[in-house]
Formats: sequence, C-alpha cells, structure tokens
Amino acid sequence: MKRRNTYPIELMINGEWKRTEVIAQETLLHILREKLGRTEVKEGCGKGDCGTCTVLLNGKAVNACLTLAIQAHRQSLVTLKGIGTLEKPHPLQESFVKHGAIQCGFCTSGMIVAAKALLDSNPHPTRQEIREAISGNLCRCTGYKKIVDAIEMAAEKLR
Amino acid sequence: MAELRIIGKLIPRQDALEKAMGLIQYAADFSMPGMLYGKVLRSPYASARIISIDTSAAERLPGVRTVLTARDVPQNESVTRFGQTHAVGGGFEGLYRVLADKKVHYMGEPIALVAGETEAISETALDLIRVKYEPLPGVFDPIESMKPDAPQVEEGRSNVITHFKVRKGEVEKGFFEAEVIIENTYRVPFVDHAYLEPESGLAWIDENGVITIRVSTQVIEHFRGVADVLGLPHNQVRVIGTYVGGGFGGKEDITVEGFLALLTYKTGRPVKLTYTREESILCHSKRHPYIMIYKTGARRDGRLTAMEAKLVSDAGAYVFLSPWVLLYSMVDAAGPYRIPHVRVDGYTVLTNNIFTSANRGFGAPQVCFAYESQIDELAKRLGIDPLKIRNINFLEKGESLASGQVLEHHVALKETTKKAFHALGEKTVPQGNVKTGQGIASGMTSYGRMIFLHDTSRSHISIEMDGSVTIRAGIQDIGGGQASSLCQIVAEVLGVPLKDIKIYIADTALTPHAGTTTATRQLYMSGNATLMAAQEIRKTLLRKAGEMMRTDPQRLDLVDREVIDTEGSEKSLSLTEVVKACASDGLPLYNVALFKAPFRDLTQYERIEGTVFPDFTFGSHAVEVAVDVETGKVQVLKLISCYDVGKAINPLSVEGQLEGGAIYGMGYALTEEVIVEKGEVKTPSLSEYLLPTSMDVPEVQTILIESGDGVGPFGAKGVGEPSVCSVAPAISNAVYDAIGVRIYDLPLTPEKIVKALKAKKGKIKID
Repeated sequence: MKRRNTYPIELMINGEWKRTEVIAQETLLHILREKLGRTEVKEGCGKGDCGTCTVLLNGKAVNACLTLAIQAHRQSLVTLKGIGTLEKPHPLQESFVKHGAIQCGFCTSGMIVAAKALLDSNPHPTRQEIREAISGNLCRCTGYKKIVDAIEMAAEKLR
Repeated sequence: MAELRIIGKLIPRQDALEKAMGLIQYAADFSMPGMLYGKVLRSPYASARIISIDTSAAERLPGVRTVLTARDVPQNESVTRFGQTHAVGGGFEGLYRVLADKKVHYMGEPIALVAGETEAISETALDLIRVKYEPLPGVFDPIESMKPDAPQVEEGRSNVITHFKVRKGEVEKGFFEAEVIIENTYRVPFVDHAYLEPESGLAWIDENGVITIRVSTQVIEHFRGVADVLGLPHNQVRVIGTYVGGGFGGKEDITVEGFLALLTYKTGRPVKLTYTREESILCHSKRHPYIMIYKTGARRDGRLTAMEAKLVSDAGAYVFLSPWVLLYSMVDAAGPYRIPHVRVDGYTVLTNNIFTSANRGFGAPQVCFAYESQIDELAKRLGIDPLKIRNINFLEKGESLASGQVLEHHVALKETTKKAFHALGEKTVPQGNVKTGQGIASGMTSYGRMIFLHDTSRSHISIEMDGSVTIRAGIQDIGGGQASSLCQIVAEVLGVPLKDIKIYIADTALTPHAGTTTATRQLYMSGNATLMAAQEIRKTLLRKAGEMMRTDPQRLDLVDREVIDTEGSEKSLSLTEVVKACASDGLPLYNVALFKAPFRDLTQYERIEGTVFPDFTFGSHAVEVAVDVETGKVQVLKLISCYDVGKAINPLSVEGQLEGGAIYGMGYALTEEVIVEKGEVKTPSLSEYLLPTSMDVPEVQTILIESGDGVGPFGAKGVGEPSVCSVAPAISNAVYDAIGVRIYDLPLTPEKIVKALKAKKGKIKID
C-alpha cells in the first residue's frame, strides 16, 4: 500500500505537550485513543451523535470525533483525566459519584467534560441551562435526573 | 444483625469513583502488542443464495493475516445457549450459525472474517472479498410468514417457531357474561438497546494455550459455546468480562466472542474487534415487534369476565431468545388481573428481518402496552375511574395468574397505583393548542430465570489477616450496580467498611460461575449466594470470638471491624484478632456458596401452566403529558414511578434503575423505532434512531415501597427490567386523556397523533 502523507503535530493534553504524526483526515478522537493512549475519551458513535468523546479544546467542549487531529495542532486539550485525579478529584467528579449520576459509566467522561465547560462559563446555571449544556451527550442508563442533580450540586460547591 | 448498618443506605457504588476519574477500562480500551484488527463481512441482501465466495484477492493484500469463511469454522452450526446447564428442548434452543454458508437470511448476516495488521487494512480486505449471490424472495411480515406458501426462512423448517397457549375457564362463557367488550389490535416496533458502548472485545492465546477473550458481555458463560465452535474442551476457552457500557439485553447473545476466538485461534495473534455504531445497530438483536389482538370483557360494575389475546412476534431470521421472550409475554399477557376466563395464543415467527432477542423487560412491556390500554378503554367506556377499575380487578397475594402460577409474595399494585397517581397532583391547565392529560398504568415483570432452567449462582468470599475481604463472583456488571450490591451485602454481614472489600468479577477461569446478568437475576441469585457465603464466615468468626470472650456467640455482632457484645457488656475484640485466631486454628476463612433457585421441570411446552418464575416485581407509572394538537408533539411533563422493590439494598441505585427505566420506557412510547423495510434497517445511527435527550425528559419522581417480601437477599426484589414495564401505556393513556384519541401503535409519533385527530374529526378515514 502507498504510504499516506503524515504531518507532525504538537498539542497540549492535560497540561503536557505531546507530539505525534497524523494523516490529514484523521480525527482527534482517533489519535487520542489509538496513538496517545487517552482511552478515557470514549467512542460511542464516531459521528457526533452521542457526545461520549467530548473533550475541551481551548476550554470549549467539542466532539473529538468531529474534530480533525490537525485542528488541534498547538492547541490545548483537556480530557476527563485532566479535570481531576484520584488524589484530588474535581467537585464535578465527586458530585457524580455522590449523587448516583454514574451507572454503566460510558457517557460519564463526555458528560463531566461537557459539564466542566458549562460551569467554567456559567457558575450559576439553572437546571434548564444544565440540560441544554448536556443535550449533546446521550445517557441510556440514568434518565439524566441524577446527572443534572450532580452538576447542580457541583456548581454550588464551586461557588 | 438486628439493625442494618450498610444495607438500605444511600451509598455511592464501589465502581463509581473509578468511572468518574476515567480509570475503569471498557472492552475497547484494551490493546496488546502485536494485536491484529478483526472485521466482519456482512450480507447486503436479506435473502439470497451464496453461489461462491472468493477470498483470494483479500488474502493477497499485504498485512492481511487471515480471511475466514464458514468452511474454516470447526463447528459452524450449533444451538443457542444462554448459560443453562442443559438444552431444554421443546423448541427453545435455536440454530446458532457462526458464518453464513449456503444462504443469507437477513441483511447484515456475517459471512467472512478478516484479521489484518491495521484497521484500515482489514477494512480494505473486506472490499476485496468477492461474494456471488442469487437473490431469493424473502418474507418480512410475520403474518405473511405464517402462511403455508410463504418462503421458508430456514429451509426445511416451519417459519412458525413456537405456538404457546394459555387456557383458563371458558372464554366464550366469559364474553357472554360481559356487558362491555373492548377489542383492538396493538402494534409495537423493533427497538434497539442503544447502549453507548458498541460491542467490543480482545482475544489472545495465553501462556497455557488457552483462548482468552476479554469482552463486553452480559454472559461470560458463552465460553462454552465458543469452545464448541472451535471444537475445543470447555476449559480451553476463558472469557473475562469487562465493566459493560450498557447491556439492556443486547449483550446477552454472543456478539464478537466467536469471531475473536476464531481469528486468534487461526493466527496465533491477539485480535481486537470493535463494532462501529452503524454495525452495532445493523447487526445486533432488537426488541421483538409484536402484533397483539386483544379482546376484554367486563361487567357494568367493572369486574373483568374474559380476556382473549393473540400475540404474534417477529423473531427475525434466527431463533435466539424468541421462544423465551414469548413465554414471558404469555405469562404476563392477561396482566396482574383477576379474570375468570382467559385464552391466549402466542406465536413467534421467522422472517428475513434482523433477528430479535432480549431487551430490557423481555416480552413484558409489549403485552403491558396492550392490556393496560384495554383496561383504560374499559374504564372510559364504563365511566369508571381508571384507578378504581384496576383496584376492583388487581390480583392479590395467594391468587393465581391466568397461567395458574400462584402469587406467593406481596402484590403491591393497589398501593403503587394510588401513590403514583396521587403524586401527579393537579393537572396542568391546558393552553391554546396544547392540551394536557394524565394517565396511569401498572404492570408485572418477573425477576430470576424460568424455573425449568435450574438456575444457580456461586460466590466466593475470603477474609485476609488484616480483616480486608475479597469477593470472587462470576457476575457481569452492566451498570446496574451488580458488583456494588454484593460488596454491600458482605460489608453488612461481616461488619467491615466498604472500602475494605475488593471484588473480582466476570472471569470464567478465576471467579465461580454466577450465571448471566440478565433476567433481573443477579441481586436475587448472586446476592443470595453472597449472603450465604458471608454468613458462613460470620458464623466461624463469631464462634471463635465466643470462645475467646467466653460468651455465647448468639450475643455477639460484627460491627466496624470489631466483635461486640450486643447484650450490654463492654467486652469487644478486634476483627483481626479473631481472624488470626481462626487462622491459627486452621478454621476456614473463606467460603464458596451455591444458591439454587427453585426448580421445576415442565412436562410440555405448548400449554403454559403453573409456576414458571420465582417471583414478580409490581409497580405503576403515572404520567402527565402536554399534546400540541397542531403538531402532534407529546411532551411528558410529569412521570412518576412507584414500585414495590422488596428491600432497597441501595436506594440510590434503586432510584437510578427506576429513573433510567422510566426514560427507557418513555423512548419506547414516543420516539424509538428501528425502521426495517424489506429487511433493511433504515435507522442505523443515533441521529435516526432517537433516544430521549436531556431536553426531552421530565424529572422522574420515584416512590419506593419496601414490602420486604421479595425472594432476594434481605427481602429484595429485582427492579432493572421491571422499571420499564408500564411507561408506554401510561403515556398512551395520558395522551387519550388529553386529546380523546387513542393510538394503538408505538411509538406515538406526531404524525400518528395528527392523523388520529383528523380521523376523529371525520376529515379522513383511518385504515
């Protein structure tokens, strides 16, 4: 097979600069999971319908599956693992645990990242604003109520 | 253990923190050095003869390590098994064919497998496999399929797989006695599980030569079926289950395991196979569409006299769990009602559609939509309050279902109906085109497997020198808190904090077999096994502590890593002292317990009679909707879920199940339909197959009743599947209350509502 052209890119993931080679049409999701070991970013559909691959690109929530890797060149990226650690969990992570907002957990990564983007720009969201912020993130297990509870409570704690 | 300290408390699940931090790895997150990528070639025809398959061009592609077709599979055909100890017979087991050979029977049927060095190489190889087909006539409508001259889906067998009967009394007599009779035909669609994690697995051959498959599954005990496919002894295949990113019945059948085992066996290399979302929707099982013809008779005072039902379910092209699902529907068909005369005939039928199998509720939600619509219609016709007509007819403990099974445990329906409906409060005032309405529906769903399956579960518990505890149980955790519940039970019985408990799950080589995570059975089965094992260790510890403290062990309790005297004295011992003393005496600090469900063999399978299930969970949904009569759009404003859960082991988890189940049911009622036309799935993405989003859902309110009369540990009942049961009819009944028209086909789309409203006004005649 003919070798396809690759381009070197560098991007900051969770505060650390990383370099990798990408092909032009490769998605950010693909390089995160397959080349950079960031499997905390989930793939639920690969076409922007489910939100499981949500990451922060320069602070804004995006679907990594709809973002070309090359667009992330010299940009800052935050995944679920960049939001908090076991030693120092983010209030959103603690709140998701405490309020039963996690069942199978597959949507959790994208959900918490989407919630982080919301709270960064709006520290006092109403429940309706929370619903809007996570409307691109599907959850099949919880019925969303406990997720909205968790985000609301985390917002309160962060204020 | 007079007072419960951990059971019944709102506690975060043991796996929640790791999930919140992104530390739990799901099946697709694993990889191995030297790993190949598997891909599956699937049929583009719903019905065709395979003339030839030429794999040579694919094999020549650099980087391709193997291409397999049916002739490479040691045992390509066997029967479908779901962890049962033996084949039940009676038509329950269907054909399991790994790869199509002579014919394809549905669009998406697997034909060939590829393993290549990269995903792109394997995908390219699929395009290079040349299959010559001769298209054949297919059958896509179950009613057509039942006709004698219909094309046979599986050559040499009738398309009608199963005909079950329920007979009680003389239904003609019952209808003669009736003063009002309601008769309607109800239809429910194909439904996708739409778990957010597509099917995935990784297989390799371990250092002992064992084929090892790490996979997202509800049934690790498919390892036996996989070994049969390879022609290997069962102990040469090991399945390790990952935490599952949603199951809902869709990961109950074999998904990628057989393919992975074949590819790794043939190449000797690790192989990974993950479905795309499209492949997942096109190729895994669906909830059965049903056509349900119901006729119900009642006296003027509301007492039911007779019910007659004919159920036809579309099994798709392979049997899988269709007869079992139909059996559930048969037992539940007349609902939780006292009806003197009942006749139900159920058929499940092969077609050239995508195959259907387990989906949360397993045949119960389909019939609940029909019987709860019928009861509501009777109430309207008789001018009786919908709650009252139900209360007049609800079965009570000690009475029998139409099939003859005696309800031996508490039936809370009067309570759940009342509480759910009252929680709705005042109806929202309608505004302009937006009409509001309220509806109620109740239902029953079994938990635990059919008793003729001889279901068992095992759990192993051991306590270490420092007082920490290890549980080993072959359960699969699909997000329902299956593992967490076992930890809570052990923490309660052994008086250790949850943080001191480590649980290992889902490994056919290293954890005792605990059966499937299906049929809402894990809390019941493995919960009881775990309780038994923990109680044995507790006995050993307290007996030893009694000796050490010179006290009657009956007076002692284990609390927070201490043995205490419950009758006053200040004496206590640390748990570790007792554990060490037991160890030096050579007393067992471990136990493996086996829990057996009640067994009963059926003597025949045509007529469904007597006890089939260990117990049922009863509950109700109450709904308020707003219906826009211009657009036909239904908005659910309030949704109340009230269930007798027996005992809530973890109320946070139970609420989560009831909330999620209610929204799962709401999707069934309003938006979810896998559209299948001439065997082709027309909705293969999550932008075409519409799940409820955070913007569509009401704030589900849950009300838990704890009768303590379940057959699970501490009197618990199962709620995972039951939580879905009566949502759709409650919504449909509320829509009727709002706009005065009844829709008989799910989902209640705006188109159907507008059409029904126009028909009511007499503008068009509905066909």
